[in-house]
Amino acid sequence: MKTAREMGLIGCKRCTRVSAEGTRNCQRCGGKINSRDPKSLQKVIAWWLLGVACYIPGNLYPMLETKTLVGSDSSTIIGGAVELAHHGAWGVAIIILIASAVIPMAKFIIILGLVIGVRRGSQISDGLRQKLYEVVEYIGRWSMIDVFVVAVLSSLVQLQTLVNISPGTASIFFALSVIFTMLSAQNFDSRMIWDNGHMPKPMAPDENDPGPMLAGAEKERSA
Amino acid sequence: MADAYHTGGSIGPIPLDVLIACPHCDLVYSRPDVANNERAYCGRCHSVLIAPRRKAGKLLIAMAASILILITGALFFPFLSIGASGLHHGTSIVQISFAFNGPMALLAPAVLAFIVIIPVTRLSLLIYVLAPVIRDAPPAPMARQAFRLAEDLTPWSMAEVFAIGCAVALVKLSDMAEVSLGPAAWMFAVLMIIIVSTDVLMCRYCIWKSLGT
Repeated sequence: MKTAREMGLIGCKRCTRVSAEGTRNCQRCGGKINSRDPKSLQKVIAWWLLGVACYIPGNLYPMLETKTLVGSDSSTIIGGAVELAHHGAWGVAIIILIASAVIPMAKFIIILGLVIGVRRGSQISDGLRQKLYEVVEYIGRWSMIDVFVVAVLSSLVQLQTLVNISPGTASIFFALSVIFTMLSAQNFDSRMIWDNGHMPKPMAPDENDPGPMLAGAEKERSA
Repeated sequence: MADAYHTGGSIGPIPLDVLIACPHCDLVYSRPDVANNERAYCGRCHSVLIAPRRKAGKLLIAMAASILILITGALFFPFLSIGASGLHHGTSIVQISFAFNGPMALLAPAVLAFIVIIPVTRLSLLIYVLAPVIRDAPPAPMARQAFRLAEDLTPWSMAEVFAIGCAVALVKLSDMAEVSLGPAAWMFAVLMIIIVSTDVLMCRYCIWKSLGT
C-alpha cells in the first residue's frame, strides 16, 4: 500500500480522484489540487495567532451588559460562570466553563501540537492525532454558540427600564477568535500527519510480492 | 495526457479513475464496489471513504427543500417573546442578528449570514446539483463549481448551532422571566433534526462520481 504522494500522484481532498503529477486542477471536481500544500503550516500558524490574539480580549472584556432598575452589571465569560457557582448552580457553571474556556483552549493546544508533530515528529500515534484533528474541525463551528446566545439574550431581553441586556465588547472578539480558529484548522492538511510512512499492519505489502499495491478498502456492513 | 499509473510490475498501467486516495491520509485504493448501505473505510485512518445510500439523492433534495421552507418561514414568523412584571417583548430572527450594534455592528451581517444566508445558499446549490442527477440527466451547467461552493460553505452554515444557542439562552432566562416560543422557534427545532440527518445521507464521493465526466 502506498500513498498517492509516494506513487508520484496527487490525490484530491474533495472528491478522492487521483491525478498525475503536475496536474493543477482535479479532473473530476475541477478544484485546485496539490500533493501537499507547502504553505499549509504557515497558514495554520498565522490564523492560529490571530485566533489566540482575539481570544484574550474575548475573555477580558464583558460578554453581556445587563441594566436593571437597581443598576448595571457586566460580566466576563469566566466571571459569569464563577458568579453562577457562587449562587450554587454548579452544573451550569461547569458547563459554561467547559464550553467557553476549556474547549477553546484545548483547540489552540491541539492545533499547535499537530503543527509541532508534523515539523518535529510526535510521540502520539498517527491515528490519535488524526482523531484529535477531526474533533477540532468538528467542534470549531459549535463554539459560535456563545455568540448566538448573546445575540438571542440581547435582542430578547429588552424590557424598557426593568431589565435590558446588550452585547459586550467581548462578543466580537470571541466571534473573531472562533472564525480564525476554524480557518486555522481548515488550512491544516491532515495528510501530513501520515507522511512518516506508517502503514496499517493487517494490509502491509509483502516485500517479495511485486504485485498490486492497491487493496480494496475494508468493508463494513452497517446495520 | 497519460492518465494511468505505471506500476512497473506485472500488472501494467492502471487507469487513474479507478483509484481513490483517502482525503485524510492519502493512501491509495482501487475503487471497491460498495453496495448501498455499505461503507468503505480507509484501513489506515478509518475515515469513511464511500457510503452510498439507496435513494440518497431524492431524500437529500426533499430534506434540503424542507429546510429551505422552514428557514424562509422562520424569517417571517415571531421567534421568541418574553414577559416579566407585565412587560412584553418579542423578537424575530432578523432582529436577533441585528442585536449587535455600535462598534459590534460588524457582527450583525455575519450572524445573519451564518444562520440564514449561507445555509440557504448551500441548500439551493445542493438542490441545483442533485436535481438532474436523480433523473439520470446530464449534470446541470456549472454543477461542479456549484457543488464545490456548497462544500466550502458547509462549515459556515450554522443554523443548527444557532438552534442550540437558542436553547441555551432559554435555559438562562427560564428563572428570570416567562419566555414563550413562537412558530419560528419550533421551525428551527425541526430544522436542526433534518440538518443532522442530511449529513448521514451525504456521500460526497457518490455525488462527485455522478457529476464526473
